[in-house]
Amino acid sequence: MPLANDAPRAGTFSSGAAIDTLKDAAQGLGHAGGVALHLHGLEKSFGPTRVLRGIDLDIAPGEFVAIVGKSGCGKSTLLRLLAGLDQPDAGEIRFADAGGGPVQPNKRIVFQEPRLLPWAKVVDNVAVGLGEGRRARAAAEGALEAVQLADKADQWPARLSGGQRQRVALARALVSRPDFLALDEPLGALDALTRITMQALVERIWREQGFTAVFVTHDVAEAVALADRVVVLDAGRIVLDLPIELERPRGRASAEAGRYEQRLLDAILG
Amino acid sequence: MSFGEIAYPAARFAGRATGVLPRFRLDRLQPLLPYLLPVLVVIVWQAAASFGLIATRLMPAPVDVVRAFWDRTVSGELAADVEASTIRAVSGLIVGGSIGFALGLINGLSKISYGLTDTTLQMVRTVPHLALIPLVILWFGIGEPAKLFLTAFGVFFPIYLNTLHGVRTVDPQLIEMGRIYGMNRWTLFRRVIFPGALPSIFVGLRFALGIMWLTLIVAETMAASTGIGQMANNAREFMQTDVVVLALVIYALLGKLADVIARLLERATLQWHPAYQRAGKE
Repeated sequence: MPLANDAPRAGTFSSGAAIDTLKDAAQGLGHAGGVALHLHGLEKSFGPTRVLRGIDLDIAPGEFVAIVGKSGCGKSTLLRLLAGLDQPDAGEIRFADAGGGPVQPNKRIVFQEPRLLPWAKVVDNVAVGLGEGRRARAAAEGALEAVQLADKADQWPARLSGGQRQRVALARALVSRPDFLALDEPLGALDALTRITMQALVERIWREQGFTAVFVTHDVAEAVALADRVVVLDAGRIVLDLPIELERPRGRASAEAGRYEQRLLDAILG
Repeated sequence: MSFGEIAYPAARFAGRATGVLPRFRLDRLQPLLPYLLPVLVVIVWQAAASFGLIATRLMPAPVDVVRAFWDRTVSGELAADVEASTIRAVSGLIVGGSIGFALGLINGLSKISYGLTDTTLQMVRTVPHLALIPLVILWFGIGEPAKLFLTAFGVFFPIYLNTLHGVRTVDPQLIEMGRIYGMNRWTLFRRVIFPGALPSIFVGLRFALGIMWLTLIVAETMAASTGIGQMANNAREFMQTDVVVLALVIYALLGKLADVIARLLERATLQWHPAYQRAGKE
């Protein structure tokens, strides 16, 4: 049975057969695989404000989880904890391999702002995490190709459009083959049409590389379009954990997607 | 630059009103326009001197200044004086500038060092450095060390302040990014903090160049056996107004030259900056 090797994630994530077939195909192309993520009783306060009040969440290897919620609901804080930028006040974050053993994941984060070094050429920005040298440059050029910006390698970032800059930031995160990628509203500052192409790009690369992705967004439609599962945060708690059982590639504005969006919006707006 | 932006629509308007030729000529002459006024002033000045409207004892004719320039160039005196002044200026800049640069970096990166030294430096900064001349003469006499001290002291502050400001205002988001992407402290400095501070450091350098020449002029007029200030001072004693004005012109040219070099350096190192990218490469 071809799906047998997907057994560890069957408990948390039931997907259509079509997705798994696609994923198996991707695995043949140097699929890196993701890590599992277990959060238990996560709490974080800033001064008197309790931003996260006990988050429990299990994410399967290679799963794409979107976190949505009103601004100030704690979603970016949660992401910063996952990425290791901040430390939780209580609770634990455990990364595990497919067999359940603890691992030290190769984590990367993509921010809302591209955060490119303005004084480094595009290709050097992509290679930032690799060090310098010819091999780093070759890898960076490969990653730029994946985001369709190979021809911009020797440009200054100031010459690029907002969407192109964010694609460079994505290439920079992907070039080191992460097994966990945190995305903090990476498309939030882009115009609607650029967003749609970027969403398709993010999805394609995720399917090719198979990393575990946590994607914070305030856009419910974006979450439904991309994620295996959407988690709704409100006032520092998970109020809804909704698997999106739509086949990929997902069409835009289908009636089914609309129903998911409605459920999520109801949960967010309470 | 700003003139070009204003003048262009006017030129286009003129072209539309009277045919193609006026627009073409205006565009061609535009680079020369800034020099029109200085050239005119020199011509009027020369004419006034030639017709005896100005007493050449007080203000020499431009031709006399050129002649003084020629005489002193041929005799080699001018080159020796310019060399002496330049060496003084550059050594003052190197000493004061590197101390200011180093302290600016250290105080920008270390809270302890900043807390310890910055307030003191800010207090010392309020003293006009030329007011130290009497004290400096008592300490060092009137020789070269006194000039070096004054120039270095004057140059120190703009470079210190702007380096500090540059380092402290580097985008914290970029620093966070560098940390996440595994840069160690040295790489972070080399690839994020220093390039980020560079535009501000250049601002400091250009301020410092102005102060450098000013200090040098005062120091050389104070006492010196070589240098342009000394040349002007000697000339004053013999009422050689042409040489005095020549000294002023040389100072102006050296100041301009230093500024041009700083600009070229800026252009070479800040290519990434939108303000330094050539227009029309779009």
